[in-house]
Amino acid sequence: MNIHEYQAKRLLQDYGVPVPKGYAAQTSREVETALSHLSDDEMIVVKAQIHAGGRGKGTFIDGYKGGVKLCKGRNAALDAANHMLDNTLVTKQTGPEGRKVQTIYFTEGCDIAHEYYLAIVLDRETAQSVVIASTEGGMDIEEVAENSPDKIIKVSISPTMGLRHHHCRRVAFELGFSGDQVKQFARILTGLYKMFWEKNAMLVEINPLVTTPEGKILALDAKVSFDGNSIFQHPDIQQLRDLNEEDPKEVEASKHNLAYIALDGNIACMVNGAGLAMATMDIIKSFGGEPANFLDVGGGANEDQVTAAFKIILSDPKVKGILVNIFGGIMKCDVIARGIIAAAKNVDIKVPLVVRLEGTNVEEGKKLLRESGVALTPADSLVEAAEIIVKQVQG
Amino acid sequence: MSILVNKDTRLVVQGITGKTGTFHTLQCIEYGTNVVAGVTPGKGGQLWENKVPVCNTVAEAVEEHGANVSVIYVPPPFAADSILEAIEAEVPLVICITEGVPVRDMAEVRRRLYFHNTKTRLIGPNCPGIITPGECKIGIMPGYIHKPGRVGVVSRSGTLTYEAVWQLTQRGHGQSTCIGIGGDPINGTSQTDAIRMFNEDPDTDAIIMIGEIGGSAEEEACAYIKEHVKKPVAGFIAGASAPKGRTMGHAGAIVSASGVGTAEAKFAAMEDAGVSIARNPSEIADALLKIYKG
Repeated sequence: MNIHEYQAKRLLQDYGVPVPKGYAAQTSREVETALSHLSDDEMIVVKAQIHAGGRGKGTFIDGYKGGVKLCKGRNAALDAANHMLDNTLVTKQTGPEGRKVQTIYFTEGCDIAHEYYLAIVLDRETAQSVVIASTEGGMDIEEVAENSPDKIIKVSISPTMGLRHHHCRRVAFELGFSGDQVKQFARILTGLYKMFWEKNAMLVEINPLVTTPEGKILALDAKVSFDGNSIFQHPDIQQLRDLNEEDPKEVEASKHNLAYIALDGNIACMVNGAGLAMATMDIIKSFGGEPANFLDVGGGANEDQVTAAFKIILSDPKVKGILVNIFGGIMKCDVIARGIIAAAKNVDIKVPLVVRLEGTNVEEGKKLLRESGVALTPADSLVEAAEIIVKQVQG
Repeated sequence: MSILVNKDTRLVVQGITGKTGTFHTLQCIEYGTNVVAGVTPGKGGQLWENKVPVCNTVAEAVEEHGANVSVIYVPPPFAADSILEAIEAEVPLVICITEGVPVRDMAEVRRRLYFHNTKTRLIGPNCPGIITPGECKIGIMPGYIHKPGRVGVVSRSGTLTYEAVWQLTQRGHGQSTCIGIGGDPINGTSQTDAIRMFNEDPDTDAIIMIGEIGGSAEEEACAYIKEHVKKPVAGFIAGASAPKGRTMGHAGAIVSASGVGTAEAKFAAMEDAGVSIARNPSEIADALLKIYKG
């Protein structure tokens, strides 16, 4: 689960990481209140809040350029905010449809002496947390890693020993800090690690972490993503979830315990098991079709879930055909067949439907479908099923 | 003719009295698995389904009932603790079926597995389990699709494994052992671990590896295969059509924004290691039978 920059910065502040003074606003009234807290004589940074990077270089669909603006005084900031609020921002990470901006974050401007990069990630290969730091802040860290790998500092932290002072000192010295800045940096990294660990984050990233001409270190941007499996332990983090940032079909699916991801194609799939669901998408593509979604109904789906799955699939106007692929193990084919029949009664399925059943109680499942009168094409193998649905959709 | 589990396996079920634990334990007993005890803290002394003694701790199940393998059907918040309890009780093999275990908990478990005196191998979490056809079924896979034989199967996915196993069985080829290692980013047994065991098993003649996008488990396995494995190996990777940056159902199945974990990279590694590649999930058995006559 991801959160917005302003939410991430509030969390950072709770853990003792200094950030510039800032205020979030979602309505024009809140914009006014937020600006009243900031000085008219100083620079104000206006930042569109969406769950995607590349905001500064992004363009709004009406042609207004930049989702991050440095403004002199309140009027300029107000003008920028009015352009951004409720407008749709397209960045290299949003896709061409962009994201609607529903929150603006105003922060105090600050003079920058140098920009650094600092992050902690949980590395799946070593099962350790890794601190990643670089003197090349403010840019795409993956580019830095590719072009000048020697500028990337990596320190692994054991989950049982945790972050120690020597880790902080080592990173600080490698970044070139000295004197009081070593202490400042150690406080920041300690707070960051504590937050990373206590909140079950998968990634915390500060890019850039800056030094001011006066020698102060602070976080100018922040990105945090949390382990979805751990959210139940953190009601405070759960409250930060912004449903506007998620596909409504995916939100609906999660209510029914279905794993659904919307894609760009026109052949919907309904499968049991994540691996088989991916493989089903792959085989549709290998026959020249395009999958409209990933959908795993899980190992124990009931009639209600299958009906909900059909409703979600059919709410996507792009869908021109449906492929159901079930390998019944614990999930019995007759149960799935009853689900399909019930769904066909409740939901008006106007597109071609191909069903491939295999596994436990397959004969009973096939018989139920045959006798139900539901308009569908049965298939005996996955290849056959994919071939038929692609042909039917492409006409 | 197998690895890790066989007719001598004495299973303890952690979470035996829960709904999931009860359902799957009954299925496993029906298949012929020797379930010697269950563990549900606070229900020690009871007899589950009038068949299996329930203990309060795993240590008790080991000491009093001689359990040598444990399977875990405990809900996600308590699953890691159950794994650690089984490790402390020195159970040689622990299989965690539970889906949704916090990743940080698994990072701690993995550190514990690295301790020099650890006697336990962990399979999972978020996996279908392990089966040696005709002898012992531990987990949630349907027993009847399997058949005793000499092909070892290792996979990150559940139903996709059933697909491959069913293809083998229909073509008359049985399996020595089938292991689901699970779809999570941090797990106990890797593709490489399983392939090493199959390679060293005199009763396994050929190997099927089923992977998914995300991570580098398949690339590491291919490096091992290239260097050490003379037995025929076939492989498939699910997720070639998945977009970057989206988690495809399994927490571990994600291609990062920088492109790490793509299906192309994994197929290329398989090609380099001389693995017979199935480009399509319905050709997994055929990909093996091209290079293995059995």
